[in-house]
Amino acid sequence: MSQSTMTTGRRSVFSRPRAERGFTSWITTTDHKKIGIMYFFTVLVFFTLGGAESGVIRAQLAQAEMDLVTAEIYNQVFTMHGLTMVFLVIMPLGAAFFNYIIPLQIGARDVAFPRLNAFSYWMYLFGGIFLYSSFLLGGAPNGGWFGYAPLSLDNVSNMAFYAVGLQLLGVSSLSAAVNFITTILNMRAPGLTFMRMPMFIWMSLVTNFLLLFALPIIAVALFMLQFDTIFGSQFFNPATGGDPILWQHLFWLFGHPEVYIMILPAMGIVSEILPVFSRKPLFGYAAVAFAGAAIGFIGFGVWAHHMFTSAIGPVARSAFALSTMFIAVPTGIKIFNWVFTMWGGKLRFTTPMLFSIGFVSMFTIGGLSGVTHAVVPHNAQQTDTYYIVAHFHYVLFGGALFALIAGVYYWFPKVTGKLMDEKLGKTHFWTWLLGFNLTFGPMHMSGLLGQPRRTAVLPEELGGSVELYNLLSSIGVAVLAVSALIFLFNLIKSIRGGVASGPDPWDARTIEWLSDSPPKHYNFAEIPTISHRDEFWHRKYAEDEAGKPVAVPAGASEQHVPDAEHAEGDHDGHHIHMPDPSYWPLVMCLGMFPVGYGLLGPTPWLIGIGVVWVLMGFFGWIIEPVAEGDDDDPVVEDPAAPRSGVAAH
Amino acid sequence: MRDRTAMRAANRRRTRVSTILVFALGLFLAACEAPQSALAPEGPYAQAPHDLIKPVFAIALFVFILVQGLIIYSVVKFRRRPDDDGSLPAQVHGNTRLEIFWTVIPALILAGIAVPTVQMIFSTMAEPEGEFMTVEVVGHRWWWEFYYPDYDIYTANELVIPVDTAVRLEMTAADPARDAANGVIHSFWIPKWAGKQDVVPGQTTFLNVEAAEVGRYLGACAEYCGLSHVNMRIRGESLEQADFDAWVDNQTSPAVEPTDGLAAQGAELFGTEHNTDIGARSCAACHQVWDGEGTRTPGVGPDLTHFASREEFAGAIFDVDDEEQLRDWLRDPPAMKPMQPENAVGMPDLNLSEEEIDALVAYLYALE
Amino acid sequence: MTAGVHETTLGLDHRKLGMWVFLGSEFLFFGAFVSAYILYLDATAGGPGVEIFDIPFTSISSFVLLMSSLTMVLAHNAHVRRDMRRMRLWILATAGQGAVFLGGQVFEFTVFYKEGLNLTESPFASGFFVLTGFHGLHVFIGILLLLSLYSLTFTGKIKPNQDLKTEMIGLYWHFVDIIWVIIFTVVYLIPDLAMEA
Repeated sequence: MSQSTMTTGRRSVFSRPRAERGFTSWITTTDHKKIGIMYFFTVLVFFTLGGAESGVIRAQLAQAEMDLVTAEIYNQVFTMHGLTMVFLVIMPLGAAFFNYIIPLQIGARDVAFPRLNAFSYWMYLFGGIFLYSSFLLGGAPNGGWFGYAPLSLDNVSNMAFYAVGLQLLGVSSLSAAVNFITTILNMRAPGLTFMRMPMFIWMSLVTNFLLLFALPIIAVALFMLQFDTIFGSQFFNPATGGDPILWQHLFWLFGHPEVYIMILPAMGIVSEILPVFSRKPLFGYAAVAFAGAAIGFIGFGVWAHHMFTSAIGPVARSAFALSTMFIAVPTGIKIFNWVFTMWGGKLRFTTPMLFSIGFVSMFTIGGLSGVTHAVVPHNAQQTDTYYIVAHFHYVLFGGALFALIAGVYYWFPKVTGKLMDEKLGKTHFWTWLLGFNLTFGPMHMSGLLGQPRRTAVLPEELGGSVELYNLLSSIGVAVLAVSALIFLFNLIKSIRGGVASGPDPWDARTIEWLSDSPPKHYNFAEIPTISHRDEFWHRKYAEDEAGKPVAVPAGASEQHVPDAEHAEGDHDGHHIHMPDPSYWPLVMCLGMFPVGYGLLGPTPWLIGIGVVWVLMGFFGWIIEPVAEGDDDDPVVEDPAAPRSGVAAH
Repeated sequence: MRDRTAMRAANRRRTRVSTILVFALGLFLAACEAPQSALAPEGPYAQAPHDLIKPVFAIALFVFILVQGLIIYSVVKFRRRPDDDGSLPAQVHGNTRLEIFWTVIPALILAGIAVPTVQMIFSTMAEPEGEFMTVEVVGHRWWWEFYYPDYDIYTANELVIPVDTAVRLEMTAADPARDAANGVIHSFWIPKWAGKQDVVPGQTTFLNVEAAEVGRYLGACAEYCGLSHVNMRIRGESLEQADFDAWVDNQTSPAVEPTDGLAAQGAELFGTEHNTDIGARSCAACHQVWDGEGTRTPGVGPDLTHFASREEFAGAIFDVDDEEQLRDWLRDPPAMKPMQPENAVGMPDLNLSEEEIDALVAYLYALE
Repeated sequence: MTAGVHETTLGLDHRKLGMWVFLGSEFLFFGAFVSAYILYLDATAGGPGVEIFDIPFTSISSFVLLMSSLTMVLAHNAHVRRDMRRMRLWILATAGQGAVFLGGQVFEFTVFYKEGLNLTESPFASGFFVLTGFHGLHVFIGILLLLSLYSLTFTGKIKPNQDLKTEMIGLYWHFVDIIWVIIFTVVYLIPDLAMEA
């Protein structure tokens, strides 16, 4: 008998919701798959907003001396564009994949802390809403996403929204990081050792450690900013000896790992897709894994390369030039390993494969311009120009976003059981590639020809060629907009009426494809035992005497059979204990609104209401009845004993 | 304004011509017609980094071609053929020798770049060898102040230096009322003279510049500094030594004292009382016109002692010669250039009458 | 979903592992504040500096906080032995010592304010108050957790044979103590010794 029936009789405010479909099931869900899907669609909304902001920017700069928007609006728009794309699009899109894919790829049924996972999502959503509400409440932040003090202390910079909003988003990411690290370290299927983990899991693990160690630093910087603006502390006030450069150090000590937080999940995705469509294993698995870990590690030692022209001395400039050049080595290793994964394979150019190859190609360009930045004496010519804008868009758009979109096409059949339209997908890819290069390619030139960043108009005095490059960039954004619409159309069309994909449409290598598509609530009827890297592939193929791989006839593999039987047969999943839905993550996060808005003023009573609300949510969370063994502590004496304690209260 | 429109139209024509030129000559050759280009150094402090980056660009280009070539080759050569038999390719897991190769070779190349990079970091930041001139730079929202300690000269937005002479800029940021508490970070950049260096309130940063040619050079604030960041431009003017000496002679002399007519009225309107109350309806409250008595002490706004000797004003975005522009400016400055007088940053609208503007314009033009 | 300890990869309960991971993050949080404090040691803007500290007084309150780690261990020990009466006693003792420490901090802040050291005075003062204030907040949260734990032992939510929550709150409490040892050394002792030297 299932335990859930035991608790049915008791309905109180602390009962757990049990809706399995409909609106309530989504807002109370603790299922990592549903949360992943919610992350994805929320990202789509914010991506549209961030894209619209880039449209405003490029329209204003399409020609010299345009006055489509005022300088004030322009400054708000470019600040919000940066914040949106970094904190509300790329990071949470990575989180969407962490949510959906990590448990499936490590053979787990959910993440370690399902309710905390829901909490992370709501914090993300509300943090984003909070930031965007600034447009209606006196203007969005206009001090740049980097928030340099003392400009960000200025009361006309609206940076209070920035300080509080990023803090909320930071809480979201930090709790997610704790969750995913615990999940990956502690919930791997039997036999899934570190060196057998799929590369996406490796990169996710590194990314979440980066989050874990980088977020507290930005939290400290933001607290200082808040205390300076709200309570008059003196952290960044030069008049009393405060040092504005301290903000830069703290911000970039977070900000550079942040770059790797955005790119490493993308690298993980590409490392999954390239082998599948090359029909070869990842070239140099160990090297790719360790290069990723090395990038994460060295990534904490290069931050001041964002400050080469700041008030730092020659010794610091030299040290960070060296570390920055050093970090190019593991990045190069990865690029060559990806290329040689394709080498000698049989390449199938599906849409995810095209986006992955696009990633390797575009990311290389971003990496190379990155090396030119490390030449410090010339960095002084490059920094704060459009050359830098070109560089980081090649890394984050040509890099991270290309790979994340590849992931969307690749795992879409996993999530929906349907294929995305390949024809539309390829149209999307080629227009995306064209639009991207048309937008950001010319920026290399306009930057080197002297166009500074963050200017509300394009000064006419910069000359005709700069104007030409800007016009090309603006046309490129229009192409990207069309391309994005194709993508959206493809998504909707394929969700509604995509061709059924079957459980393994790509002849994949990793075990998320061992489960149904879409996976059952409990992911795996029986947790698979792992004996190889690329476990799923090894269940499908064996090597003959000559060492040549051959397909294993269906049903012949010893490991394959029982699982197939169980999936269809005696496992109806009813006896599998899954975490129950809960209202409390949502309720608790709602309390962040009064806290957040209260901090802007500050308005103490509003903060008070919020804090009490959050605390109540917290206690509700703690004393929520345990329906199916979610929260009961392990019994000290006999861990194998049945969890009878649940029914006792 | 009419001049400006005409100039814009001319520029547009030029743009169209250049569009054709660019496509004809290839994108890289267009570099020469960008007056603020970082690719066309005209002084040793810009030339050295330029010479350093050229081989790096070449290496980057080589790696670019190599990697993209490998990708294209793989894509073409290893694509699955239509007649594919469905068998799997050889399952290669890696190649230690290859992997060591592409770890060590890039590391060596980077080490090769690192050595001269570090050397040059130290050489460009050190004091210039031999004789050099010092200019103190203060970044304000949103204009530049230059002070020549050797001559006791204050000027704004236009940095005038002798050709072939190293100049060390001692820079900081402050505003208003020269209060570091309200300064924000700027960045000084005249690309043809040198790379940029941030200007930080409460601290002094240094930058060496030198012009190898006589000429007028474009520059701009390169660190985002708020509302009118784009309107904080810099002009570099390099003169033959004799011309520079003449310029110094003029700048060190007291302001012209108009004795009659409109200009004298303007001088009276301008006022003499120095105070730092922004918004006080007297020009002298914020702007100094040094009459030769006492020391030169700058106000909140630019020193106007020799306003008419400059070519541009208001962060070097308007032409001094353009009388209509000057009038528009006096009529309502925040409408001409986004500023925040309510935040004590920038020039407020003083509600001047047309007669008052006539008088002030006459006075300002008298300040040769 | 909580797997029993025997079902996890590392043989650790998820929540215990998660707490360790979280504390790793907290370590950098305080690390960044301590760095800022060190940077601003001399940035007193003419106001009071490190000479204002009353080392003997703070030593006593630090000692009280350190002793609370001992009682925390005893509380967990009692829980493991299923001696809930002693466990409650030690939990209350721990929370009480935390409260004494907090009281000392409030007293210390008041004295400093009277002597002219306040948050808006100088970067040094800001660094001091915000760093020690955030530590105080952590102690305060710890006390709340301890008192919640104490109350939950009466409801049956915390059972004698399940000591995980006690252990986790203990982990947190020891962490807060260790951070204080670092703060006391770096913020109070070393500058004081350096000044005398």
